[in-house]
Amino acid sequence: MMQPVIVLDRVGFRYDELPVLEDICLTVRQKDFLGIVGPNGSGKSTLLKLILGLLSPQQGRIEVFGADPVDSRLRIGYVPQFATFDRNFPITVLDTVLQGRLGISPALFGYRRADREGARRALAEVDILELQQRSLTALSGGQLQRVLIARALACRPEVLILDEPTAHIDPRVEEGVFELLKRLNERMTVIVVSHDVGFITRYITRVACLNRRLVCHPATELTGKMIEELYGGPLKLVRHDTVINGHD
Amino acid sequence: MTELFNALLTQNFLQNALLGGLLASVACGIAGSYVVVKRIGYMAGGIAHAVLGGMGLAYYLGRSPLAGAIATALLAALIIGWVSLCWRKQEDTTISALWAVGMASGILFISATPGYNVDLMSYLFGNILMIPNHSLQLIFWLDLGIVLMVLLFYKPLLAICFDEEFAELRQVPVRLFTLLLLCLVALTVVILIQVVGLIMVIALLTLPAAIANHFVASLGRMMLIAMALGMLFTSGGLALSYQHDLPSGAVTVLLTGAAYLLTTVGKVLRDRWQRRQRPA
Repeated sequence: MMQPVIVLDRVGFRYDELPVLEDICLTVRQKDFLGIVGPNGSGKSTLLKLILGLLSPQQGRIEVFGADPVDSRLRIGYVPQFATFDRNFPITVLDTVLQGRLGISPALFGYRRADREGARRALAEVDILELQQRSLTALSGGQLQRVLIARALACRPEVLILDEPTAHIDPRVEEGVFELLKRLNERMTVIVVSHDVGFITRYITRVACLNRRLVCHPATELTGKMIEELYGGPLKLVRHDTVINGHD
Repeated sequence: MTELFNALLTQNFLQNALLGGLLASVACGIAGSYVVVKRIGYMAGGIAHAVLGGMGLAYYLGRSPLAGAIATALLAALIIGWVSLCWRKQEDTTISALWAVGMASGILFISATPGYNVDLMSYLFGNILMIPNHSLQLIFWLDLGIVLMVLLFYKPLLAICFDEEFAELRQVPVRLFTLLLLCLVALTVVILIQVVGLIMVIALLTLPAAIANHFVASLGRMMLIAMALGMLFTSGGLALSYQHDLPSGAVTVLLTGAAYLLTTVGKVLRDRWQRRQRPA
């Protein structure tokens, strides 16, 4: 059995009087590829914020690498949704990815050569090294997603956490993003949050269905009935047996 | 034009005015770029106007108005920063309150001071032609401090402007650097008040940086271009106002505003043209 990296024990969280998460128990082990799925407003982003230590739970206990989430932050690479920053910010791709070196690079003055090399390695890993001097404004949705993943990889993370990584990109690019995550999973734990249930099951090893409460399944067991229960109504389960070919 | 150069060579006050504008542009380019990318123009405006309260009080007590300005600017920056960090919902209201209360108390203090109230107009609208030597020295030291801070803390300051949440996850002390950033803006505001006065500070603070933002993809380069533009506008404003005998602060701001309008319209047209050139 692999070492547990993230442990949630009977965690509960509420915003004021509104309960968002109740009695969440979850253990994520090394090299897991965990998908967290659930409808909008099911508490997915809140769960991530708890694991990252941006929020603290009112009930229960969270451990990341056996310590408080805040103290383990530097070992996690986080890929936020697009909306968290201004896309017109005057910054190049390389300078964006360099921010992943905060906490590794010395605190004072600018970035060093080792930082730039680390950032370029991360860019090469997500296949966009040639965009390094490009302005962030000039990127497509898929390219921007890769920049954000590269920034998280520049943190040299042991766990990679992605919040809706395919929310703003077209299906053909989405396929590429999940192939990339599968490759990364060979050396690190990956947690992906998504509302898109069908697609995610092709890649992950385990899926956690969240709607205020959490139910875990091995990915292969996910059935239409479970999704119906999760979303609280009949829903079509989309099968992805066919590979989407490139189309223009 | 030659007349202007001759005057510049012989008149000490013109040399001081030119130097004041050039020195102020250094801080203005740096702090202005942060204000533009972090979109805190309203905060900067609040700090600038609150400063009148401190200047008025210092004037009333017979102390140096400039010292009063520095103290109030820093205090206002810390209050606004603290409210924005801990009580975000009230940020807008707090800034508006500081803005108006600062000005009102400043006006009361100045009117309660016995004697001739000539200074009020120069606080409000600036008078770079009257800038004394000791102010130039102060601006120089403030510039030096601001440049040093930005060189030392370039990484965390950029990180909190770009993506606060990510910065926090990388263990950057976000609150500390947000307050530091606002203090840098506050000191710059004090410098610029002497050039264009506190009412027009916001134009000189943000517009050169906003123009620079049209052309670059890096914060560092944005700062350098904004500095150069600030130097161009303050010197140009000084020359025009001297030749036509107009108030220098107002001319400088109008020049800056006109340049901003032209470059923005130019950029919009260029973007449209490029989009039409590109095959769909």
